[in-house]
Amino acid sequence: MTMTLPATWTTVCDYHALLPERGVCALVGGEQVAVFRTFDGAVHAIGNLDPFSGAHVLSRGIVGTRGGEPTVASPLHKQVFSLVTGACLDEPGAAVPTYPARVVDGRVEVAARAALPEQDGPVHASGRSLVDAP
Amino acid sequence: MSRVVVAGYGPTAHRFVEALRERGFGGRITVIGEEPRPAYDRVALTSYLTGASLADLTYEVPEGVETLLGTRVTGIDRQARTVTTAGGATVPYDVLVLATGSAPFVPPVPGAEHAHVYRTIDDLDAIREASDGAAEGVVVGGGLLGLEAADALRGLGLRTHIVEMSPWLMPRQVDEGGGAVLKGHIEGLGLSVHAGAGVQEIVTDAEGRVTGLRKPDGTLLDAQIVVFSAGIRPRDELARAAGIDVGERGGVVVDAGMRTSDPAVYAIGECALAGGQVYGLVGPCNTMAEVAADRVLGGTAVFEGADLSTKLKLLGVEVAQFGAMSGALDVTYMDPVGGVYKRLFISDDARTLLGGICVGDAAPYATLRPFVGKPLPAAPADLLFTGTGAADLDLPDEAQVCSCNNVSAGAVRAAVADKGVTDVPGIKACTRAGTTCGSCVPMLKQLLERSGVELSKALCEHFTYSRAELFDIIRVRGVTTFSELIAHHGTGRGCDICKPTVASILASLHNGHVLEGERAALQDTNDAYLANIQKNGTYSVVPRIPGGEITPDKLIVIGEVARDFGLYTKITGGQRIDLFGARVEQLPQIWKRLVDAGFESGHAYGKALRTVKSCVGSTWCRYGVQDSVGLAIALELRYRGLRAPHKLKSAVSGCARECAEARSKDFGIIATEQGWNLYVGGNGGFKPRHADLFASDLSTEELVRTIDRFLMYYIRTADRLQRTAAWIESIEGGLDHVRDVIVNDSLGLCAELDAQMAHHVTTYEDEWRATIEDPEKLSRFVSFVNAPGVPDPSIVFERERDQIKPMVVTP
Ligand SMILES: Cc1cc2nc3c(=O)[nH]c(=O)nc-3n(C[C@H](O)[C@H](O)[C@H](O)COP(=O)(O)OP(=O)(O)OC[C@H]3O[C@@H](n4cnc5c(N)ncnc54)[C@H](O)[C@@H]3O)c2cc1C
Ligand code: SF4
Repeated sequence: MTMTLPATWTTVCDYHALLPERGVCALVGGEQVAVFRTFDGAVHAIGNLDPFSGAHVLSRGIVGTRGGEPTVASPLHKQVFSLVTGACLDEPGAAVPTYPARVVDGRVEVAARAALPEQDGPVHASGRSLVDAP
Repeated sequence: MSRVVVAGYGPTAHRFVEALRERGFGGRITVIGEEPRPAYDRVALTSYLTGASLADLTYEVPEGVETLLGTRVTGIDRQARTVTTAGGATVPYDVLVLATGSAPFVPPVPGAEHAHVYRTIDDLDAIREASDGAAEGVVVGGGLLGLEAADALRGLGLRTHIVEMSPWLMPRQVDEGGGAVLKGHIEGLGLSVHAGAGVQEIVTDAEGRVTGLRKPDGTLLDAQIVVFSAGIRPRDELARAAGIDVGERGGVVVDAGMRTSDPAVYAIGECALAGGQVYGLVGPCNTMAEVAADRVLGGTAVFEGADLSTKLKLLGVEVAQFGAMSGALDVTYMDPVGGVYKRLFISDDARTLLGGICVGDAAPYATLRPFVGKPLPAAPADLLFTGTGAADLDLPDEAQVCSCNNVSAGAVRAAVADKGVTDVPGIKACTRAGTTCGSCVPMLKQLLERSGVELSKALCEHFTYSRAELFDIIRVRGVTTFSELIAHHGTGRGCDICKPTVASILASLHNGHVLEGERAALQDTNDAYLANIQKNGTYSVVPRIPGGEITPDKLIVIGEVARDFGLYTKITGGQRIDLFGARVEQLPQIWKRLVDAGFESGHAYGKALRTVKSCVGSTWCRYGVQDSVGLAIALELRYRGLRAPHKLKSAVSGCARECAEARSKDFGIIATEQGWNLYVGGNGGFKPRHADLFASDLSTEELVRTIDRFLMYYIRTADRLQRTAAWIESIEGGLDHVRDVIVNDSLGLCAELDAQMAHHVTTYEDEWRATIEDPEKLSRFVSFVNAPGVPDPSIVFERERDQIKPMVVTP
């Protein structure tokens, strides 16, 4: 699925540089984005700002699953966020933005988008397109 | 708010002021005690002669309670509502509580003034002193307390006689048959029992030194110490002199609300005469204290009398008595060879249990006591063997399970059903059951097991196993990665609960770098960045300073590093220095400087050994008896990096003054003249707890071996995030079991535990040195993967007291 994206894709790093189930942080259009590679090889991108603590730390959380859904837990107070929807699975109502992410020619790309939370419909990380590269 | 004054500071007074505080009493509380110390556990008094220190026994004075110690109350002025003390002070009260306990009864025989009694710490000090150079001792009185005193004399190395008026020992708890079996046990230990005998006189030499005790038949028992333990008398003299009603045979008369004939005065504990009876056991005394506290606060609690059932272990012999000591029918089991005697009393229609006596095996006590006055729950002959697994019984709700704290089976069930309690420590916290003498703990376990609550031990949604089970799976199957483990023994891809747990188990079992390969993805952020994350996403850095000893040069390096990187510095409670405010990308640069100067990781970020604190010990301190710093350094270096279910802290004090606060640690060591005493299971924090004495007078080698095994056994069997104290409490058999495993090798595990620790010690490497030497690991310490040189712009500091402080950003 492709969304109409106002912004351009930013290359953040080599796909190789992403350890499975460990995040990195990237600057995309001036915003801090946490980028993860899950066990199945998919890449996901969500906002790095932990809404509970106000610190930019989500890229340093533990990646796992909850009922099959890929997640990351905030390293500060352990609230768990879906890597797919950005929703906080422990506190209904709280959420972080998600960003489209993909792998092109062995490089990870994230799309910067302004005003993300206002996107209509659930925000999908289109990067769930499985990796064609390496 | 009114002022409450308590006369006497024994266990009952302690429980009373604790209860007042817990119930939110906001007025002034003053306790006046004649002994020179706060209340202590009198039930455990004898342990003072066998290694327990005064501090072990002493209760903490509840916060906000004033005490006047070493001060005897000499009079009560009921009109003025004041009490006077031996020092001449006058203390006003709105409510006065008499908790003066009782005094040992000393029969008026010639020479009695040269005899000892057995009730206070001071009494024990005197006995200990007198035992020096003595060869023989006599205890007058073969009841519960007399046998304790006799055990103490025996422990001091004396040939000991027991003289008892009644035809058999412990006449208040056992009948003639039980007395005979008991006598067999006690004589088997080398004590001589003279039952049915009185005292004519205490014989002394010209200097007034005791040389023996003459019985009425003229025989002389040689003895250099005589201890009277022939009953107690309530200390009602204050009430008597003030015109408050006392009983004919002593004791301050109280109503069901513990009030005396003066409505402003209460009496509780062993000095009170409640329902015509004086109670000489802690259980009823505690209940009286709770009732009085409730009444002072306007409540309506009543003391309904108490069960005088007892179960004890004296000189290694279990003795128990509950309910009545006679009945129309009885069933008896007697095994003189094995030294077991059990007898149950039953109503004439053979339907109701009336009571029972056990000597040598008290297993049925805990199960059967709650059935007193109730229909027999099984065939009488089977009941003699309950508690041994032969008969399973369901307790009625109203049955009392814990007699020390008056908790019913129903209350325990309610805690399980309504408050979601799932283990014995939970029951203890919720109901107080099992917190005093502990004899009901097996019952609590049984109630839990039968409550039908599924005690889920699943770690999280990904594993149905507990941490201890996972540990065994990983160990036995030789699993080395998380992926392998979850593929075969779990579901999904893990979470922030199971991943760090497995990471810790892998680290405990295999050592190796925590950031190696797949293991990097299992670590909590602290372990992943080998530093402690702080509220604004920066980290703090703690280099190891073993034992708290550091050279000036190294101190200067720490100062220079902090200055150059602009870090906030603070000295920690663990005798080291914490440097705050480091950004992820600064960590390798900071550590490069530290490693070059000879520092290594302090593992402040890990569930691992933190520090072994020490006092300066015999090297500098004029009181020190051993080199506490040397030991602390050796221990810290031995256990550094050891991953565990929870953080581990330790300390070593150079003498009994305990300046290093070793007893607040998971394992603490206190020097003795002969070696080291090891204490385990202490912690500070949310629920502070003093460590318990585990072994005494160990050589350094024995000490290290014992700690090795203790730690490894803990790492193997504890739950996730379970600290040593909670672990010990949750283990079946508690500290005794742990001692058995570690000291007596009861599970045949010691060789394996030793080998595991040896593996840890030999394969240890400094995580930070290994990290800065590995470009692959280093590459993860960046702010932004696509802009590694750019510091995180959201991290900003302001200044306070000349140092940085995170600027608070409200989310
Ligand atoms: C060796 C021993 C073993 C025991 N074992 C057990 C057991 O296994 N199980 C069990 O249930 N019970 C046992 N007991 C009994 C238990 O210790 C008592 O029931 C309990 O101590 C009663 O507490 P209390 O506070 O009422 O009285 P006490 O402990 O006697 O305390 C009263 C305090 O008040 C002080 N005092 C008295 N008069 C004054 C005054 N005028 N002014 C100021 N202070 C005053 C006294 O000095 C004393 O410190 C044992 C007792 C002993 C001695
Ligand atoms: S514990 Fe003993 S040796 Fe250590 S400092 Fe204190 S007094 Fe000195």
